[in-house]
Amino acid sequence: MSTRLFGARIKRNIDPQLLRGEGSFIDDIPLAQALHVAFVRSPFARARINSIDISAAVAHPGVAAVYTCDNVGPLDIEMPLLIPHSSMHDARTQRPLARDDVYYVGQTVAMVVAVDRYTAEDAAALVDVDYDPRDVEIDLEKAILDDAPLVHDTHERNVAAHFVQVCGYPDSAIAQAEHVTKIRVQVDRSTAAPMECRAVAAQFDEVTGELTVWDGTQAPISVRGGLASIFKLDEDKVRVIAPNVGGGFGQKVLLFYPDELLVPMAAMQLGRPVKYIEDRRENFVGSSQERTQIHFMELYAKKTGEVIALRDSFLHDTGAFIPYGIAVAQVASTSIAGPYRIPNIWVEFKAIYTPTVPVTPYRGCGRPQACFAIERAMDQLADELGLDRFEIRRRNLIADHEFPYDREGLIFADGLKVSLDSGQYHKALAMMEERLDAPSFAAEQAKARAEGKHLGLGLAFYVEGTGLGPYEGGHVRIHPITGKVYVNTGLTSQGQGHDTVFAQIAADQLGVKPEDVILVEGDTKAFDWGVATFASRAAVVSGNAIHKSAMIVKRKALQAAANMLEADVGDVELKDGAAWIKGTDRKVPLSAVATATNPLRYAFNEAAQAATQFAPASRHDGPSLDEGEHPGLEATDYYSPPCATWAYGVHGALIEVDPELCSVTIRKYVCIHDCGNMINPMIVEGQVMGGIAQGLGGAMYERIEFDETGNMLNANFVDFLVPYATEIPDVEIHHLETPSPLNALGVKGVGEAGCIAVGAVVASGVEDALKALGGGTFRHTPITPSMIHAALDAA
Amino acid sequence: MKPSLFDYVAPRSVDEAISLLKEDSGAMILAGGQSLIPAMNMRLASPSRLIDIQNIPGLAHITVGNGKIAVGAMARHREVELHDGAAAANPVLRAALGHVAHIPIRNRGTVVGSLCHADAAAEMPMILVLTGGSVLVAGSDGRREIAAQDFFQFHMTTSRQPDEMVVEAQFPVLPPGAGFAFEEFTRRHGDYAIAAAGCILTRNGAGAVATVALAACGVSSKPLRLFAAEQILAGTRLTAADIKAAGDAACAVVTAPGDMHATAGYRKHLFASLVRRAVEKAAARAQ
Ligand SMILES: Cc1cc2nc3c(=O)[nH]c(=O)nc-3n(C[C@H](O)[C@H](O)[C@H](O)COP(=O)(O)OP(=O)(O)OC[C@H]3O[C@@H](n4cnc5c(N)ncnc54)[C@H](O)[C@@H]3O)c2cc1C
Repeated sequence: MSTRLFGARIKRNIDPQLLRGEGSFIDDIPLAQALHVAFVRSPFARARINSIDISAAVAHPGVAAVYTCDNVGPLDIEMPLLIPHSSMHDARTQRPLARDDVYYVGQTVAMVVAVDRYTAEDAAALVDVDYDPRDVEIDLEKAILDDAPLVHDTHERNVAAHFVQVCGYPDSAIAQAEHVTKIRVQVDRSTAAPMECRAVAAQFDEVTGELTVWDGTQAPISVRGGLASIFKLDEDKVRVIAPNVGGGFGQKVLLFYPDELLVPMAAMQLGRPVKYIEDRRENFVGSSQERTQIHFMELYAKKTGEVIALRDSFLHDTGAFIPYGIAVAQVASTSIAGPYRIPNIWVEFKAIYTPTVPVTPYRGCGRPQACFAIERAMDQLADELGLDRFEIRRRNLIADHEFPYDREGLIFADGLKVSLDSGQYHKALAMMEERLDAPSFAAEQAKARAEGKHLGLGLAFYVEGTGLGPYEGGHVRIHPITGKVYVNTGLTSQGQGHDTVFAQIAADQLGVKPEDVILVEGDTKAFDWGVATFASRAAVVSGNAIHKSAMIVKRKALQAAANMLEADVGDVELKDGAAWIKGTDRKVPLSAVATATNPLRYAFNEAAQAATQFAPASRHDGPSLDEGEHPGLEATDYYSPPCATWAYGVHGALIEVDPELCSVTIRKYVCIHDCGNMINPMIVEGQVMGGIAQGLGGAMYERIEFDETGNMLNANFVDFLVPYATEIPDVEIHHLETPSPLNALGVKGVGEAGCIAVGAVVASGVEDALKALGGGTFRHTPITPSMIHAALDAA
Repeated sequence: MKPSLFDYVAPRSVDEAISLLKEDSGAMILAGGQSLIPAMNMRLASPSRLIDIQNIPGLAHITVGNGKIAVGAMARHREVELHDGAAAANPVLRAALGHVAHIPIRNRGTVVGSLCHADAAAEMPMILVLTGGSVLVAGSDGRREIAAQDFFQFHMTTSRQPDEMVVEAQFPVLPPGAGFAFEEFTRRHGDYAIAAAGCILTRNGAGAVATVALAACGVSSKPLRLFAAEQILAGTRLTAADIKAAGDAACAVVTAPGDMHATAGYRKHLFASLVRRAVEKAAARAQ
């Protein structure tokens, strides 16, 4: 093979189509005579429903049906708890349509189906719901007090889960500490804000009995499983397709949003296609959010700065329900010691119900909070011990020879051990020191101060357990007519570029151009074994599965071609779309090999005619297909990771704060990161850059604001400040590539990496910049101008 | 986020538009639609009828003469921003327009629409107040001119009568030798101002302040002239103490309550520094 495609900066196959506006998102799919859905949503954070009167809505012209919990049959249920865990009791999940009680503003109470969305909204306004509002407590720290109003009567002090994990012997280590640093940090609630909101459309074919659902989900296979079981349909009769999807970031993998069940139900009952296109306000009040955690952390250290034990106790806001179990809090608690050796850990969390939109993983999934806690604590420890911030980290980072570094006793979100498998943490830190010219920063800072400018250096290290199991599959087939390679996997794409990186992996094995590899995913008819796109797992899990399948196909192709060319298999190689006898010009096109391996020989195309010029592809006597032999060049294989593989990185920035405007300007932002072997550095950089932009959103702009009655005050893009391109600084990205020892491709995930450290970097830089003004500490994100003003005012 | 039912009419003359307005008290004028359409989609506004003035001839003009820049009701933000004659006559317009939303929105939104919408944090109403401009209003009894000070009443409320339409805004040209400045702070580029200050200032031969106008948006329920601060600066040589005093005095007008983007205390602190910066910049530009 000429050059290896793995590792090459290949342009994304999907971009021309998306950039020309030729993508096909759910609302673009033409469905004849489709009906449209609007929801009646609770205006109260907590209320008892006395009655629901739908008569006026039913009578409204153009309305096909109005549903409440009373007429949804099998859907009048509490939806599933996805990941049970012993730390929860009686875990509460939402009903598709509320029965008796509502638990957050925005919860779905009734569904109107009408000829168009306008009419549906008009009719929804006519549904008369009589509520009896209850007291609520939105503040996380007050929600756990004895007299706090309860979200669920079943859960005292609103505690949904309580869990303690221990690694090493924290008690005895604490006794030997020479210094302790204590810190409280808080990260506020945000939301993924995907450009395309969620959407579901469904069509039921009376003749075949097939239900087709287009769902902007990250998990079509699981959605299909759920629909089939709830509606008691054969899985083969349910097809779930996730077409082009405009961003997901975790929000699109809840299982189930009410609409994902109700829309297919309505399509089956009403005999017409039904569409629900979520609008932006609904995305704010109805689709999952994440982030609020308050950590109380203690680091126990030697005078040298070596941290020998860590205690962390944190509150995790899970919103009104806990459908995803403790996943977010568990990821936070197992990432809490970051890249540091810290051999003794005691970490506890309480997941708290609040009468707000339910919380499920959003890009980062607890890691930004954990990173914020440990990194801010490290900065404080350095400060208290009079050490440089780089130095304190150097003294605690895991050394290269210490990998794999196990945190015995901590169980990651996949139920497997925490084992940091590989890395070059010290080298990454040294690179950052050099890129920021850290040794001369103090002088630069002093000089700027003399000119009335306030510069700070921000620094944070992160680790990320990626590539979670249990498994994914890959199906690879060489097409007999065109010789093109078709690849399927059980994932979906929301813009990550799967089609390109998976093409690179398959093309390397099969000697074809990456544009001749066609990936079809996100369709249960194409491939229906697998999990979903989340947890920075696509490249690791599906990537390795596709790699394995492609190797099998390669082996088959080589053997068949060797037979056809009457050569020794060792002398045959695949390149440029053909099998060649090495060092000669004798070759057979892959299309002909693929055709010849299918004993059905109608010579109705060129590939078949070409195939006839060669010897048979299979050398055996008896029936056309030998025992155990399969027709064609095709294989399916699976990859199941032994445990997560840990990526990491360090971010640093030079930040200027203007104490008059209380504004923050990032003068320089550097990211050193390591996601193992890179399949496509350009796509890696895109992921990292996007993550950093999203991280800056969380660090400085985005916060869901609730008033004290639980009403969301900024459920729109006017007041929920997603940063624009104009707010995002240039970012310098440097790669390290430490291969993961856990999988054949040596890859680690990168999807979430970018966002993890940003909050800690900005806080550390702002704090440093304002130190000379007595600006105090910054331990709460997002850092807003008002917070900077308050800090300076108190100085 | 779909509007409720409405009728749509596209009159061909101002008179027709006015009689349509008079006919139906629930009717609203549609200009560039950049404020009205989102409000309708969120059902914050539910007009019974939209009177689209896009097709009325003679409303899209931008003319400079008689000491003023006349901006027709259908002149888009972006056209005014890029109009070299207008920029030469009074550069503070272009300076402020660069802060109004983003280019695609400025391509559709109109300056007059912005004045009629009268958001208390919007830039162009403040520029009308700063420059001492006015609007020309047409009603069934003919036309009248309303001075900026009298036009803006409250957040999203003007003294335009329901059956009147604004046909033109008039911004006086910059006085000879004057310096100008527009200073704004937003959390994101292109957002409405958390606070903004504008200044137009002339100096006499000795370098002292001869005339000064200061105005603000985002700090109160409507755009304001900062008379107290102006008085402090008048006749001074703009020492640091003078400028600081003006900034401090300007703070007294800040009545906007704290909100999710700015606490009341922060907005005051911010505003004082914007006023100082505006004065300094305008002074440096004055001849
Ligand atoms: C994302 C976004 C960001 C924005 N950011 C800013 C910003 O930073 N600063 C800012 O100032 N604005 C901002 N805007 C608003 C923008 O400037 C609008 O264009 C402007 O406020 C209204 O102008 P329009 O022509 O679009 O008016 P329309 O939306 O058509 O109308 C606005 C109102 O004025 C009335 N009206 C319009 N013309 C007349 C007339 N001739 N006579 C009587 N009544 C009339 C209408 O009936 C309506 O009530 C933003 C808008 C968007 C969508």
